[in-house]
Amino acid sequence: MKSDFNIYMSGVGGQGIGLLAELLARACDYAGLTPRGCDTHGLAQRGGMVTSHLRLGAAHSALVPEGEADLVVSLERTEALRAADAMLREGGSLVWYDACWQALDVRRGENLPVRAEQVLAAAVLRKASAFKVLRDDLPDSRMQNVAVVAEILKRGIVPGLERGHVEAAMADLMSGSTLEANIALVRA
Amino acid sequence: MKEMGSMLLRREAFSELAIGNTAIARAMIEAGVRVASSYPGSPTPEIAEALRSIKPADRPFYFEFSTNEKVATELAFGAAINGRLSVVFFKSVGLNVAADSFVQLPLMDISGGLVIILGDDPGANSSQNEQDNRHYAKLSYCPLFEPASAQEAYDMFKKAAALARELRSAVILRLTTHVCHAKERIRFDAWHPKPVDDRPLFDPDSSNYIPIASAVFPMKRRALERLERLRLRLPLLGFDRVVDHGNAKRGIITAGLPFASLMDALDSLPEGTAKPDLLKLGAVYPFDEKLVLSFLRAHEEVKIVEELDTLLETDIKALAYDAGLRCSIRGKADIDELMGECTPAKAKRVLEAAWPGLFPAAAPRPPVADLPPPRPAQMCPGCGHRSAFYAIKKALRPQDITVADIGCHTLGHLPPYEMGRVLLSMGHSTATASGLSLCNDSRRVLCFLGDSTFFHAGLPGIVNAVYNAHRVLLIVMENGTTAMTGHQDHPGTGKNFSGDALKLPIRAALEGLGVQNIREVDTYKQKELTAMVVEALDEPGFKVIIARHPCMLKFTREARRKPGWGARRVQIDQGSCDRNHECVERFACPTFQRDEDGRVTVSQDLCIGDGSCRQTCPASAIVPDA
Ligand SMILES: Cc1ncc(C[n+]2csc(CCOP(=O)(O)OP(=O)(O)O)c2C)c(N)n1
Repeated sequence: MKSDFNIYMSGVGGQGIGLLAELLARACDYAGLTPRGCDTHGLAQRGGMVTSHLRLGAAHSALVPEGEADLVVSLERTEALRAADAMLREGGSLVWYDACWQALDVRRGENLPVRAEQVLAAAVLRKASAFKVLRDDLPDSRMQNVAVVAEILKRGIVPGLERGHVEAAMADLMSGSTLEANIALVRA
Repeated sequence: MKEMGSMLLRREAFSELAIGNTAIARAMIEAGVRVASSYPGSPTPEIAEALRSIKPADRPFYFEFSTNEKVATELAFGAAINGRLSVVFFKSVGLNVAADSFVQLPLMDISGGLVIILGDDPGANSSQNEQDNRHYAKLSYCPLFEPASAQEAYDMFKKAAALARELRSAVILRLTTHVCHAKERIRFDAWHPKPVDDRPLFDPDSSNYIPIASAVFPMKRRALERLERLRLRLPLLGFDRVVDHGNAKRGIITAGLPFASLMDALDSLPEGTAKPDLLKLGAVYPFDEKLVLSFLRAHEEVKIVEELDTLLETDIKALAYDAGLRCSIRGKADIDELMGECTPAKAKRVLEAAWPGLFPAAAPRPPVADLPPPRPAQMCPGCGHRSAFYAIKKALRPQDITVADIGCHTLGHLPPYEMGRVLLSMGHSTATASGLSLCNDSRRVLCFLGDSTFFHAGLPGIVNAVYNAHRVLLIVMENGTTAMTGHQDHPGTGKNFSGDALKLPIRAALEGLGVQNIREVDTYKQKELTAMVVEALDEPGFKVIIARHPCMLKFTREARRKPGWGARRVQIDQGSCDRNHECVERFACPTFQRDEDGRVTVSQDLCIGDGSCRQTCPASAIVPDA
């Protein structure tokens, strides 16, 4: 049997990919979707590219093969473009938070920053649905990862995953006012 | 909120979503481990993080971060010959540091049993090489087992620990990065704590512990006999597995993580394709020769898929030769098969190379145009190392030589700083720099060393530089933590894993080692640091500058948790900014963003308001956020 659904997450070290991955894995577990996943750790955490893999169903390896992600989730625009190239399956979905953390080449003026239209064009190339998330109402920029989860729920992109599963996962991982703020974000 | 600490101590059987490293921590508890030790290094530090989640008073066994892997190994050995079931864990290259003592372990009678957990890193995800530590098992006659998943890591640890105790020996559990970090729902058994028997059992009269000259031979014989006894028992241990697809022609022999990748690759074959059978070895050294021979006999062609080196391939080919088998055995096809991680995509390529046409040709994928170059890792906003590199670079001549060491500050080798241009291993810098200073009158030599590394392996190089009067300037990059691996304490921090500890100040240590020329500075004081380096570089003999600033990632994380914390930031005063671009191009804190028209702004997500940037702007345009 093959994996039923592959999710590939990417962003920049420091953006909260770890929590995003744990939240989605737990939510999928509550939904009975048999998650198997893997974060990339190490050097990348210091401001480099960070990725995480999540596979639902009967996969053996925790790593999503190149070009086989049904859903690519990115917390940063440049990384969304890179992931659309390497990982997104034809006809898949791309949800990205439109933050822009410039890499050194852009800051030094060697290359221009990636534009949101490039990400949309990449999604068209992959015949994928693309959803850009960018909000100015977040109480804390560290909630961008949950804003992206809210979008995934709203669009019903992961078959079988519902808001209740995500809220149950949140209750495993957070408490107090953080929990309340994040639940409010997915309910809004 | 779920607490990991209470989960790890649950008495009844349960299942929970967890990574391999967390599962190993629970396995240690269930197995009745008494003493464990480590030195941090990816991919293993989360084993300690799991243990840290248990309140010190509730921890079922002793754990420490030791000063380095050799010390950690010796500590676990000492406890184990006194009757305690002991564990030591560290990353791949840690075994090089531990090797001098490690290779002796199989010679010993270890009554408590000792499990060595190695975190190998095929793919060099976060290491300076991707060495295959199975060689060390063979080199020293130490049994080695290898799981392919988080669940199997948990199950195998418990069996390995029981075996180590029964055989009175050391055994290796070899994990790889994506087994350590693989996450799945794991079935945990019940935990029945056994009454603790802490009688000190060390008995040098019943077994010899001094391997010198001819006394080595009975010890070596015992090690070899132990391996043979173990080999006979392997069928009963259940570490190995055959996946039978009823294919009499083709088979695959593999071990560890590649098993999962191969299973995925085979699953992707079109309906109706004959899948090769699979033999997955969990006991890798020694391996079950009978099982391997019968698998070879049952197939006409067998491909061996092992990550990194050709250990199984060499041994299995020899075995087949001795048995006179006709089976065609296919090993590594090319150099690429000796390198990198065996991901599902790679597993496919490797099988396709062995059996061309096995997989249908993949549909071509048009590449996305104008892809950005890979994003290099970089120092965090506010990092004291950045301030230091920026200031030190100003003191150097282009031809001066800078030597890197291992830690976050290794990132200084990247543009725009390009400080520290040669790297071997933890603690190498002072001695490598000393060598560079010899027979060299024209190019001055400067080297870097982190504070955790100072204690880990930095001391001998420093003693040597003092003793032999090498003309080198050492900069100790003291950020008060082992930053790169996740902020573990070290002997200079005043804390150990259990709580408060004696603090060993670096300055006092240097003075004790006889260093006479020592300066200290906060790295945010850039002018002072530049002046110090200018002065010190031209002084004779060995000199040290302790360049100090707390790790700002750790500092900010801790500050956020305190009541009354408020975000601080800088901003660009656009009126004074003359677009000299010092901040984006040379100081290069990732906070500064550059528009297409060259205008500079401050990222609200990234800036921590440390202000170390303000002194670098010639136009004084970086100002505190109102
Ligand atoms: C022999 C060995 N053990 C462990 C590691 C893992 N490791 C990589 S960076 C690092 C941290 C070094 O800490 P420190 O010297 O304090 O520098 P910092 O990262 O804090 O700047 C460690 C332990 C390694 N590379 N080699």
